[in-house]
Amino acid sequence: MNLLEKAAAWLLAILWLLPLLYAMWAAFHPPAYATHLDALAPLTLANFEKAWGYAPFPRHFVNTVILVTMVLAAQLVLCTLAGFAFARFEFAGREIAFALVLLQLMIMPEVLIVENYLSMSRLGLVDSILGIGLPYMASAFGIFLLRQTFKTIPRELEEAARVEGCSWLGVLWRVYVPLARPTYLAYALVSVSYHWNNFLWPLVVTNSVNTRPLTVGLAIFGAPESGVDWSVISAGTLMAVAPLLLAFLLFQRQFMQSFMQAGIK
Amino acid sequence: MKKLLFAALLAASFPAKAVELTFYYPIAVGGPLTKVVDNLVAGFQKEHPDVRINAVYAGNYDDARIKALAALRAGQPAQMSVLFSIDLYELLEQDVILPFDDVAGTPADKAWLKSFYPALMANGTYKGKVYGIPFQRSTIVMYWNKEAFKEAGLDPEKPPATWNEMAQMARKLVKKDASGNVSRWGVMVPSTGYAYWMFQAFARENGQDLMNREGNQTNFAHADVVGALQYWVDLGKKLKVMPEGTVEWGTLRQSFTEGKTAIMWHTTGNLTAVKDTARFPFGVAMLPASKQRGSPTGGGNWYLFKKSTPAERKAALEFIKWVTAPERTAEWSIATGYVGTRPDAYETPKLKEYVSGFPQAAVARDQLKFATAELSTFQTGRVRKALDDAIQAALTGGKSPADALKAAQQESERLLKPYR
Amino acid sequence: MTTKTWSVPYGWLLLAPAAILLVGFTHYPAAATLVHSLFSTGTAVRPSRFVGLANYAALAHDPVFWQVLGNNFWFALGTIPASIALALLMAIWVNGKLPARALVRMSYFTPTVLPMIAVANLWLYFYTPQIGLLDKVTALFGAGSHNWLGDPHTVMGCLIAMTLWKEAGFFMIFYLAALQSLPPELEEAARVEGASRWYFFRRVSFPLLMPTTLFVLVNATINSFKLVDHLFILTKGGPDNASNLLLYYIYQVAFSFFDTAYASTLTMVLLLLLGAFAILQFQLIEKRVHYR
Repeated sequence: MNLLEKAAAWLLAILWLLPLLYAMWAAFHPPAYATHLDALAPLTLANFEKAWGYAPFPRHFVNTVILVTMVLAAQLVLCTLAGFAFARFEFAGREIAFALVLLQLMIMPEVLIVENYLSMSRLGLVDSILGIGLPYMASAFGIFLLRQTFKTIPRELEEAARVEGCSWLGVLWRVYVPLARPTYLAYALVSVSYHWNNFLWPLVVTNSVNTRPLTVGLAIFGAPESGVDWSVISAGTLMAVAPLLLAFLLFQRQFMQSFMQAGIK
Repeated sequence: MKKLLFAALLAASFPAKAVELTFYYPIAVGGPLTKVVDNLVAGFQKEHPDVRINAVYAGNYDDARIKALAALRAGQPAQMSVLFSIDLYELLEQDVILPFDDVAGTPADKAWLKSFYPALMANGTYKGKVYGIPFQRSTIVMYWNKEAFKEAGLDPEKPPATWNEMAQMARKLVKKDASGNVSRWGVMVPSTGYAYWMFQAFARENGQDLMNREGNQTNFAHADVVGALQYWVDLGKKLKVMPEGTVEWGTLRQSFTEGKTAIMWHTTGNLTAVKDTARFPFGVAMLPASKQRGSPTGGGNWYLFKKSTPAERKAALEFIKWVTAPERTAEWSIATGYVGTRPDAYETPKLKEYVSGFPQAAVARDQLKFATAELSTFQTGRVRKALDDAIQAALTGGKSPADALKAAQQESERLLKPYR
Repeated sequence: MTTKTWSVPYGWLLLAPAAILLVGFTHYPAAATLVHSLFSTGTAVRPSRFVGLANYAALAHDPVFWQVLGNNFWFALGTIPASIALALLMAIWVNGKLPARALVRMSYFTPTVLPMIAVANLWLYFYTPQIGLLDKVTALFGAGSHNWLGDPHTVMGCLIAMTLWKEAGFFMIFYLAALQSLPPELEEAARVEGASRWYFFRRVSFPLLMPTTLFVLVNATINSFKLVDHLFILTKGGPDNASNLLLYYIYQVAFSFFDTAYASTLTMVLLLLLGAFAILQFQLIEKRVHYR
């Protein structure tokens, strides 16, 4: 790699960080300096205080955490079972069923907001966290990924467990799940960051503070009648992304490695 | 906890008489206004121990409407709500609201219905009956940068009073740097988000209202309406005092406080934010006149819901009367920056004192005599979008004002025909 | 197959929980969309009734629909190839010998973990005329201010740029994983042969990365129809629908005009488009499986 290329790679990296850098600028300076990039501007924490008071952040945080935990837990269980069935069971209609599952890779719940909203109101789940999560729990991506991973696991390993008298559940739990750990980790990270950041469907299906995740809360407090206040929005944004960003920075290496091992490519 | 205990005690001591009411309300401006509403409710309950009120904060105007309608459909109680003033026709079509005239029987009640500024009643009146009582209402005003005026050799205490004056002053206010690029514009009027609302001001000033009282006819293609849009377009295209293309609602305040435009039109709701961030003296004035002055109103009204018992209706009316009384209106206006909804509110000592210390707050009130209802019709979302698109098409040069408005009028004809 | 497999009922049993949810929230609503697109929208005063293809006729005459469809086409064209190329470039860079490689890799990937809806407000600042960052930078070169989001000619480009920023780092990860699984002997051999880096990339790496490219292609395509979060903050589809996309228009029709029937009709168009891509994707997946 020559010097020019290195410089370009670096320039791009800085460019890519700009929005975050700007958010930090705006969040830690008084509103009067939000668009007035003066190196001598005084520092302040007032924007965080203000953002915290404007929107019920603790409530949104709790909602988001409940949402991503619930969705991830359900996804792990459902996709493991379904992926295992597709990888190691033979049953009538398996190929068709698999094709029908894969359809969801293309037709994601976002596309069906109109009908799914009607379904949720029939089920009485409008404005509930379960209502936000339900359409995502059976994830075609997860099923596909786990099926592929399970298929690469040598059957000899399974034989040993079976000789010891394990049922299929035992085999799944003792052989397949531990060996698929990198896949689980990579999938979990993708899922958590997806649902932490998801907006359209939660916007449609919630209408109160008690159920709204961070993204919807941010959107509503970010666009009041009186217009944008970048300082407060930046402070709110930083608070909202901090947990995920921190987790990502801390586990960056493990995350990348599990991605490589999982063979998501 | 104290409140809960109090409520429980009340429930125990008045088991037969207690009426329980639920209402939803939106908050469209930033700030912890829920506390103000909670205080209002607590104040009412102190005086009326036989009524219990649940106030449910429901997000912005859209959320509040959806939430209230969903609650009614699901059979959950809601006897009244604060909803967008322009939701009237949607609520009529869903057949969920009740005219106040049906409940307000006594002469005192009737007098109360007439105690508000007429301009604020327009959005809540249908076929001669009152469905909406004004509560959190705003309007458009003109902000000007006194420093820029001085710099351009204009009298900093004299804002433009007519369209001509505004165009001429704006021309002097435009500042260019050495290479000929504009560093300060003369005037900016936002054209995203609420383009139809801003346009109503132009149209009204040019002598036209955009829709009829029945909400089933619009007036977009009238020559004076076209003239109004032409003036707006000319500010950018011909006079070069405003940037061409659309001007973003959400960022305009920053452009003004950063000195990038000398004049802006914006909602009264921005007053506090401008005051807090502007590093120059600024003034607030009524919008300039063409044939007359004018501005639309906007914001939230009280509605009564049909699904309620006579006792609940009576109690709901009692609460709305209480909460819109002059003293409370004055407090609410000071706390929120919304317009005081009735003339006698401005006679209360509290508001008098506030206005004398901060005269900008009175501009919106004074402009109310020229104000008109916010655009609202049946199929209001679509009609509004047709107009928004037409305005933006004209401002971005996609269509001439006449063609754009003709297309919007055709679309609205198609949509509104079934309602005549 | 030498080992015995478990049999029929268990297979379906394991599948059942996922299948119920998938049918309930993907297959059933897709079918219901079709049915609803054949009825009118009902209100308390006017009940819904069967109207045949009337909604589709309205669709054919709706200029906004055609404009939105065209916009979506340009949006797809602007985001898909560019995000793939950028992702590949990023992956090659951070896979090579670069000082502070981890830092660079992190900054490429960071947009992926930020919510679009929140960063849209920051991008709004970049694009704001005069006071925004973009104008401040162009001013250094003596250019005048430009109304980036208020001009129908530049608004789509602005949205595409932001989408690239958001997506490229995510796709980069897939390429990076693939690059690291390429046998290093290949590059050794190429170096011995004296092949240029570009030649090696064109004739060896790129063909070997094909399955990844296909995977990323499919994802970029879906995203170009699914990503509309930023419109809520940046443009609301304006000016005059110049930046409106199909899914955002569906949202407007369904949840601010309350016209569910027409929203269903629009959704049908989206479903058909995605269905066509799904068929394409199946063929690609077949290929992928052969590679293993």
